[in-house]
Amino acid sequence: MNVIEASGLAKRYGSTWALRECSLAIPAGHVAALVGPNGAGKTTLLNLTAGLTAPTAGCLTVLGGRPAGSPSALDGIAFVAQDTPLYKNLPAADLLHLTRNLNRRFDQHYAQARLAELGIPLNRKAGKLSGGQQAQLALTLALARRPQLLVLDEPVAMLDPIARHDFMATVLTAAADDGVSVVLSSHVLAELERVADYLVLMSQGTVRVVGETDHLLASHRVLTGPTAEADRYARQLSVIHTRRGEAQVHLLVRTSGAADPAPPGWEVHPVSLEELTLAYLREPGVAALRGPARGRHAEASAATR
Amino acid sequence: MALAGVAVFLGVLAVWVWRAGLGLHYAYAAAAACHPVSSFACGDLVSRFNGMDGFLAPGWVFQVVPALIGAFAGAAVLARELETGTFRYAWTQGFGRWRWTLAKLVPLAVVVAAAAGAFSVLLSWYYQPYFGAGNQNLGLSEASPLAGGLFELRGVALAAWTMAAFAIGAFTGKLIRRVVPAIAATLAIYAGLGVAAGSYLRQHYLTPLLIKNNFPPASAQMLSRWWTKGGQPVSQSVASQVLQGAPSQVAGKGGVPQALGSVQYLSQHGYTQWISYQPASRFWPFQWIESGWLVALSVLLIGATIRLVRRRAI
Repeated sequence: MNVIEASGLAKRYGSTWALRECSLAIPAGHVAALVGPNGAGKTTLLNLTAGLTAPTAGCLTVLGGRPAGSPSALDGIAFVAQDTPLYKNLPAADLLHLTRNLNRRFDQHYAQARLAELGIPLNRKAGKLSGGQQAQLALTLALARRPQLLVLDEPVAMLDPIARHDFMATVLTAAADDGVSVVLSSHVLAELERVADYLVLMSQGTVRVVGETDHLLASHRVLTGPTAEADRYARQLSVIHTRRGEAQVHLLVRTSGAADPAPPGWEVHPVSLEELTLAYLREPGVAALRGPARGRHAEASAATR
Repeated sequence: MALAGVAVFLGVLAVWVWRAGLGLHYAYAAAAACHPVSSFACGDLVSRFNGMDGFLAPGWVFQVVPALIGAFAGAAVLARELETGTFRYAWTQGFGRWRWTLAKLVPLAVVVAAAAGAFSVLLSWYYQPYFGAGNQNLGLSEASPLAGGLFELRGVALAAWTMAAFAIGAFTGKLIRRVVPAIAATLAIYAGLGVAAGSYLRQHYLTPLLIKNNFPPASAQMLSRWWTKGGQPVSQSVASQVLQGAPSQVAGKGGVPQALGSVQYLSQHGYTQWISYQPASRFWPFQWIESGWLVALSVLLIGATIRLVRRRAI
């Protein structure tokens, strides 16, 4: 099952295209990170997923073919928007009550236990909680709905490092223990390596790279060698990004497998997720990497279930 | 929140109207029962009643009731969600956003209309003295039940106007997406609609009656007056010129007896005076017509708001 599947998706606001020709499939059972610079279309894609807005063109389904925004889609998706908007003048207990009334499923015990664990008093108004606590409260409300897919838009952007860590720990626990699929957008790259096992790299309204992070990391290498030889090898390899120093040059290349031979006298390093992401974002001209075919995703996810 | 505000606002206003109304009713009872009518003491009581609550008497003050309810309860409902971003929480729950909007707007519209309806019962009581038959003969103020300003406050009209103001507020709130501009727009649209209904629409609800060479009762709403001679229309200046030749006691300064005298004088000279008017007996038909289109407008606006929400939130 694909938790998100888009084909030819486009969204225009006025005269600017926030998304254009966007096709991707995110299989279930992953923590997928949507990465890209501001204005890449991450929030637009997530808003479309949550059904808050309708696409200008193309189609988007969630949770295995449910049209985004349909009642059955909303039932299975919990969305935590940017800056975790909550009714600031409502106490946490009232927010639990409200969320329970607005959903078919709501795990009151989980929610109360979780808030107790976090030390969030039920009678405290949401607006009086710290930023980290507000984010945790919003996340608790979302997870208590027992969703199949948790969508988080820039969940940790406003949080300090400890709150950020705690928040992501809650997300990962839910993903690991309850099998919740997670799609989150972030531009905090350092966080992703620890968290995400699936990467969707976006820029300028299109998807640039999609794939499992392990697979992506295995298929890219950094080659370091003398600057003078760089141009000769660059023609033979598929170079994503070139970083030139005085004497040495670093080529980030896409390899077809571990067996690819390095040029003699060159050093080979594995690539970090951050390096990989930055390389693709700095080179908008490089052909997109769409990952394995969609059919294989479906099979793979069926096998893991 | 909005409901608590409406309840407090109407409650405080109701207590104040009730106190003012007691005074007004007492003064009216005293003036109407005074005997003999021509005595100096009675004249004193009559002018005391006529001068009471001068700023409330035309009824314009209470037009703020629907306006404020519409602006603060109606415009804020969706605009606050959209402005603070909480719609991203509320409208992504399993309940779905258009059902959320429906479940919010319809009960609220009914409740604010019911509250305004209850308040208008109090206002009807307050304004009762002005509609006493025979007020005019006693020299007491008499108003037409159809007069703009009072018509909207009595019967079912106030409830309907409040519902319409609420629906206008909800609709502009969705369109404008910000609370304060939506409140301003709601007030402007409500005022425009109120003026349009009072000045242009209401007089056409039913075909006006015509009266020839006479005046309709004081309780009727006069619409226009014109003169003809031999079937041809005559301008008012011509009629005035003819009247200048009349004996002074005929062409007196206003007042019904003199006016009637001048009509007789003009008709003796071959002129016919026509007056079109709406009789007071049409109060209830007009109430139902006005409430009918206001409720229809409210349903339309709330339906359009839900449709807009359903189509997209952002």
